[in-house]
Amino acid sequence: MTNISATTAIEHAAGATRVAKRKSPTARGRLPVLILFLPPALLLFTIFVIMPMGEAAWYSLYRWDGYGLPEQFVGLRNFEVLFKNSAFLTALKNNFLIIVVSLLLQIPLAIWLATMLANRITGVVVFRLIFFLPYVLADVAAGLIWRFVYDGDYGLFAAIAGFLGVETPYVLADKDLAIYAVLAVVVWKYFGFHMMLFIAGLQSLDKSVLEAAEIDGATGWQKFRFVTLPLLGSTLRLSVFFAVVGSLQLFDMIMPLTGGGPFNSTQTMVTFLYNFGVTRMQVGLGSAVGVVLFVICVTLAFSYKRIFMRHD
Amino acid sequence: MTETRTAIRMSAGTKIYLYVSLTIIAAVVVVPLLTTALGGFKTLGDLRVNPFGLPAEWQWSNYTDILFGERYWRQMMNSLIIATLTVFLTVSVAAMAAFTFAHVKFFGATFLLNYFLIGLMFPAATAILPLFIRIRDLGLLNSYWGVVLPQVAFGLGMSILLFRNYFRNLPEELFQAAFVDGCGYMRFFWHITLPLSRPIIATVAIVSFVASWNSYILPLIMLNSESIYPWPLGIMVYRGEFGTEWQLVLAFITLTILPTIIVFFLAQKHIIAGLTAGAVKS
Repeated sequence: MTNISATTAIEHAAGATRVAKRKSPTARGRLPVLILFLPPALLLFTIFVIMPMGEAAWYSLYRWDGYGLPEQFVGLRNFEVLFKNSAFLTALKNNFLIIVVSLLLQIPLAIWLATMLANRITGVVVFRLIFFLPYVLADVAAGLIWRFVYDGDYGLFAAIAGFLGVETPYVLADKDLAIYAVLAVVVWKYFGFHMMLFIAGLQSLDKSVLEAAEIDGATGWQKFRFVTLPLLGSTLRLSVFFAVVGSLQLFDMIMPLTGGGPFNSTQTMVTFLYNFGVTRMQVGLGSAVGVVLFVICVTLAFSYKRIFMRHD
Repeated sequence: MTETRTAIRMSAGTKIYLYVSLTIIAAVVVVPLLTTALGGFKTLGDLRVNPFGLPAEWQWSNYTDILFGERYWRQMMNSLIIATLTVFLTVSVAAMAAFTFAHVKFFGATFLLNYFLIGLMFPAATAILPLFIRIRDLGLLNSYWGVVLPQVAFGLGMSILLFRNYFRNLPEELFQAAFVDGCGYMRFFWHITLPLSRPIIATVAIVSFVASWNSYILPLIMLNSESIYPWPLGIMVYRGEFGTEWQLVLAFITLTILPTIIVFFLAQKHIIAGLTAGAVKS
């Protein structure tokens, strides 16, 4: 479990060649096993992952309501419409904002907590459990719980405002505030997962290096900054990767919180896809969103691998 | 050993700083959950004046009405069926495919493996509309399979990767010995690989179960009658129906997340290890 080798999909090309080269003894019945074992996965994957993705690219060039065959070819019109749509631009901006908050707030918080909880202090197990708990809850449930927390009439925010004697804020109804309220829930839900990654990373560190630094008179912060942090590099990259990928597909949590509103101020790419593509059955437009999201994901995966993961 | 030493050496100041920070953050995590559970015991009026504290009068009926109704159990059952089918299919299909990648030499193996790994790069949401049309054309709309099959397909990339990495690290000698004794691939898979792979089977099963149990977007798009809604959809319908009667909604939320919380505390070691290892090992 602590074998932290930060790798992504693409890297395993190299691994596979190694398998092929490894001399494996021949056994009887190579063909039957291939015929029996491969097709189920291959079929499922092709029919429900690869083909829909290809079809999304195809449909995105049409105006289509999903019935019959797509016939009204519109070229790149859907993409043009998309990038002129202010709700979609807000969605892009929000996805970017979520990534930024994950990187600048959530991961530092996770590292800070991990440094405290990687040692065997009293109560360590309880704290770890509590912090990890939101991660196992469904996004929908977390979203609804926080909808209550933020509720200006019944929720905790109302009570806190009453206690402080200020006017009750309706955070989720305020188009300037709502997105920050959503961001807080994202951090609340996911910091524990990243913390566990860092705890695993910290525990696999070579303790002697830290001791050496200590003997050389390094202070706590110096030890952290110049020894621990660089050694956590691969965990950090892994954590960033999950934060980015997760941020891009955020949907489940937004729906119970705001549904993308008010005034589309909390749309993400996927809620936009749902609100404008699925519910209105605009297959072309929705597929265009899918294609944009796909291109962003793939570009990120490849460039990320190129830039940050060369050393792993 | 170093760990216990650091623990002892900690000064009182550090200790206070440590526990105060941890407690504050733990409170931020726990307070919303606790108030949700307690809120389910209140009347709406009580909730309004006193969202934090204990109920003025415990309204057990909020909970018992849900528990004695059919709706809650039906949703839990639907979620359970969908998740069980998903886990069973994911584990068997992915393990078989991964076995061929780990142990059978064949032309195009690298290419095929990379083909599956494409699936790791994008979420199901990107292809959700074509997926809906495909499921509709297959006549699977509004059925368990309409949710299960796409879920399995999108989980395959990660699962095959986890299985293959694990299978490859099983001792090579086993394999050779088995073949010398005239054991074929199938028997080897069934009698040697699988029994030795319990940890990774558990990991894949936990990851796919949790993902399926909590999943929202696929059922939202594929299902349209409430009788087969899994709980994340059901809870949203319930919320829509009871609008601002928060005390009922809170009771309903509490009951739906209760199984997750109970299982989490019972099997925390396995679940945390499974969910993080699932991320780390791939």
